[in-house]
Amino acid sequence: MPFDPNDIMKDRLTDIGPPKYDKFFPPIVKENYGKWKYHEILEPGVLVHVSETGAKLYSVRVGTSRLVSVDFIREVCDIADKYCDGYLRWTTRNNIEFLVTDESKLRPLIDDLKSRSNWFPIGGTGASITSIVHTQGWVHCHTPAIDASGIVKAVMDDLFEYFGSHKLPAQVRIALACCLNMCGAVHCSDIAILGVHRKPPFIEHERVQNVCEIPLVIAACPTAAIKPKKVGEYKSIEINEARCMFCGNCYTMCPALPIADQDGDGVAIWVGGKVSNSRVPPMFSKLAVPYIPNEPPRWPTVVKTIRKIVEVYASDARRYERIGEWINRIGWERFFEKTGFEFRHEHIDDYRLAMTTWRTTTQFKF
Amino acid sequence: MALKHKTPMLDELTKGPWPSFVTDIKRVAERKPECDDLLGLLELSYKDKEGHWKHGGIVGVFGYGGGVIGRYCDRPDLFPNVAHFHTMRVNQPASKFYKTDVLRKLCDIWEGKGSGLFNFHGSTGDIILLGTTTDQLEPIFYELTHELGMDLGGSGSNMRTPEGCVGKARCEWSCIDTQDIIYDITMRYQDELHRPMFPYKFKFKASGCPNDCVAAIARADCSIIGTWRDKIRIDQEAVRAYVGGELVPHGGADGPEKRPLDIQAEVIDKCPTKCMEWDGKNLKIYDEDCVRCMHCINIMPRALRPGEDVGATILVGAKAPILEGAQLSSVVIPFMKMEPPYEEFHEFVGRMWDWWMEHGKNRERLGELIQRLGLREFLNAVGLQPDPRMINTPRYNPYIFYDPADVPGGWTRDAKAYRERHQP
Ligand code: HEM
Ligand code: SF4
Ligand code: SF4
Ligand code: SF4
Ligand code: SF4
Repeated sequence: MPFDPNDIMKDRLTDIGPPKYDKFFPPIVKENYGKWKYHEILEPGVLVHVSETGAKLYSVRVGTSRLVSVDFIREVCDIADKYCDGYLRWTTRNNIEFLVTDESKLRPLIDDLKSRSNWFPIGGTGASITSIVHTQGWVHCHTPAIDASGIVKAVMDDLFEYFGSHKLPAQVRIALACCLNMCGAVHCSDIAILGVHRKPPFIEHERVQNVCEIPLVIAACPTAAIKPKKVGEYKSIEINEARCMFCGNCYTMCPALPIADQDGDGVAIWVGGKVSNSRVPPMFSKLAVPYIPNEPPRWPTVVKTIRKIVEVYASDARRYERIGEWINRIGWERFFEKTGFEFRHEHIDDYRLAMTTWRTTTQFKF
Repeated sequence: MALKHKTPMLDELTKGPWPSFVTDIKRVAERKPECDDLLGLLELSYKDKEGHWKHGGIVGVFGYGGGVIGRYCDRPDLFPNVAHFHTMRVNQPASKFYKTDVLRKLCDIWEGKGSGLFNFHGSTGDIILLGTTTDQLEPIFYELTHELGMDLGGSGSNMRTPEGCVGKARCEWSCIDTQDIIYDITMRYQDELHRPMFPYKFKFKASGCPNDCVAAIARADCSIIGTWRDKIRIDQEAVRAYVGGELVPHGGADGPEKRPLDIQAEVIDKCPTKCMEWDGKNLKIYDEDCVRCMHCINIMPRALRPGEDVGATILVGAKAPILEGAQLSSVVIPFMKMEPPYEEFHEFVGRMWDWWMEHGKNRERLGELIQRLGLREFLNAVGLQPDPRMINTPRYNPYIFYDPADVPGGWTRDAKAYRERHQP
C-alpha cells in the first residue's frame, strides 16, 4: 500500500519511535551485552573488545566529513557487507566504526579502506585528534557567522598527522559552532572554533511589523537592548547598540534584523575545555583568540592558530594532561607567552559574573 | 553532465587528505540539480562571506510539530532548485548501530525524494536529511514509517531526540544500560518529542560512566551519568603486569607498545584525591575518598573496573550560551539505581517538567529557570532533600532567603510588644 497523496491519513503510522536498539546489533554484541571485560587499541583506529566469554569484537574507526551523500553511504554499506556481515555503527563524533567478528577479515578490511583514495582515513582513537564535531554553517543554517564544513576540512587536512597517530599527551577534542547558539556545544572542548558577529543587527523598519512579533523580539535580547519604537508610520523597534553583544538572538526571532556581515563576522578560538570527569572536573573553554576574519576557502589564519596551540601543547604538556589541565598548571600568563597570542581587552570578561574570572590573589607569574 | 555552476573556491576544498564534502556533493550533483545549485549557493557564500538561507518557515508532517525544519534560500532567482530545501530529522537507533539493509533503503528513499545529502549525524544525534521540498515531506514520512520502521526526531520547543553512549553494547565500563534508558525515554515521551509543549527545547543524554562519551554533562538539560557506590574492583596480578611491562598501559591509547607503567607518576600522583597507594606489590585504594573520576581505570583497564553497586548520577541544567550564558549540568540526584521500568526516574521527570512548564518563560531553558528561581525552588518542586554532593562549597554570601515557615511565629510581628520593650 503505497502513499496516497489524496488521503494522507490512510494507513498512517505515527509515534512509532526509532527502531529498538538491539535490532541492528551484531550477534556478538547481543551475546556479550554487558559482559565486556577489557579493550585494547591494537593500532591507531583499530580496537579490540574482549568479553568475559572470550569473544572478541574488532572495530575499525574511520573519520568522515559528516556531510555525506547517498553514494558515500552506499559505499560504506558495500564495505560493511563484505567484511562485517553488514553491521556497523557511528560514534558521537561522526566517525564510522566497522565491526568485525572474523579476525581473518580484519587486515583485508584495513587494506581495502586504505585503497579507497582518501574517503576512509583510519584513526581517531586514543591520544589523537579525532573528527571535529560541527554544525551547519553556510551550507544550511540561517544564523551562521562562518562556514562549518569548509573550516573543518581545512583544519583536519592540516592536523591529519594527529588523526592516525597517538603522539599527543592526551586526546584533543576540537569542535566548531558557526554561531553563539552552539548547536555543537563547543563550550567544553579542548579547542573550540566559534563563529562570531561583531556588528549589531540593522533594522528594516518597513518589514518589522509584517514579519516579527515585536514583544518576542524584545524578550529575546539577553541584555535588554531592544525597545519598541514608532518610525514614521511603522511600528518597529530600536536597539541600544552599546549594549549589544552580537548574540543574534533577535535575528532568530525576527528576520527583519539581519546581523550577518562580511566584514564584521569571523572566528574566535577557545581552549582548555573538557567534558569527562577524569582527574579534574569538566571545564569550560576559555577565549584564546577573540577574532580572526573569515578567509574562505581555506581559512589559513584559523588553521595556523590551531596548529600553534596543538604544537605548543604537544611539546609542553605532560602525559595524560588535557589542554585545560596543562594551562592550569602553567598558568594563563605562560599560555599567552608560549603561544605568542596577544592578550587583549576582549580576554577580560565584562559580562555577568565577570568578577569570578578576575585575579584576586597576588599569586601569578612574571 | 557538466555542472551548471563554477565553484573555484569550493574546489580548493577537494584537495588534502581529509574526506571532502565538496567532492562528495559534486558526484551527486551530476544527477541531482538541487545539489548543483547547493554548491553554487555555497560558492556565493564563500564569495560574500555571508550565509544565504532564510529563516525556517512553518512546515512539517501532519500532526507533528517537530522533526522538520523549513529552509528557504534567499537567492531563488539564481538557485531555483534550492528555493525550498527543508531538513528532516530522523530518530537514530540508540548508540547508532545499523545494518546495511536499512541504510540502503534509506538511501533509496532519500535519492528519490530528496537531495541525497545527509548529516550522519546531527549534533543532537538524529540522522539529518538535508534538503527536500514541502510536497515530499508526507511521502518521505510515510515511507520512513512503513518501509524502515523509522520515525522523525524532535525540533522546536519540545523534547529533542535523546542520545546515549555505546554503553554495555561494547564498553566494559558502563554502569547503566544506556541504550535501554534512551529507548525507554524516547518511546515513553513520543508525544513530547513530536508536539511542542515546552517553554523551549529539552535534552536527555545518558553516558555509562564518568568518562561521559556523549558529553551529557555539557549538552543535556537532564544528564544521566553511570557511576558506582562501592569499591573499584582490583585484579592485583594485572596491576603487577602493568608495572612489569607485560600489558599495554591505557589500553594502547598512547601507542600500542608495551612498556613498564610508572604507577606512581602516571596513576597515583594523578589521582585527584590521592587515595591510592602502591607498595611495590599491591595497589591499595581508599575507596571512601575516591571520587570515581575513572583515571586509574582508564590507564589500567585490565586491572581495575568500576564497582558492582552501580546506578546513575542525575544532573540538570546544561546548555550552550544563548541566553543566560553556558552552563554545565548540576548534580541533583547523587545516586539512582536506574533499573527498568525506571519509575523513580520518570516520576522525577514528571515533576521537573511540571515545574518548568508552570514557571518557565518563553524560550527559557530549565537551567536558566533554576538560575532565576534558585536550586532550592527546584529541589522543593521535585521533592528532593539538600545534599552536600550537590555543591562545590556552601555559600559564602550571607544573604539567605528564609521561608516564614522556618521562623517561629512566621513573619508577623507584635509591634505593640516590641514598643513595650523599646522606647521609640
Ligand atoms: C555580614 C557580612 C560582613 C560584615 C558584617 C563585614 C564587616 C566588615 C567590617 C566591620 C569591616 C571594617 C573593618 C575595619 O574598618 O576595621 C569590613 C571590612 C572589609 N570587608 Fe567586610 N564584612 C562582611 C562581608 C564581607 C565580604 C563578603 C567581603 C568580601 C568578599 C568583605 C570584605 C571586606 C574587606 C576587603 C574589608 C576591608 C575594606 C578596606 O580595606 O577598605 N566583607 N567588613
Ligand atoms: S551553531 Fe548557529 S549557525 Fe550553526 S547550525 Fe547552530 S544555529 Fe545554525
Ligand atoms: S544581537 Fe543579541 S544582544 Fe544584540 S540586540 Fe540582538 S538580541 Fe540583543
Ligand atoms: S561514557 Fe563510559 S561507558 Fe559510555 S562509552 Fe564512554 S567510557 Fe564507555
Ligand atoms: S577513580 Fe579517580 S579518584 Fe578514584 S582512585 Fe581512581 S584515580 Fe583516584
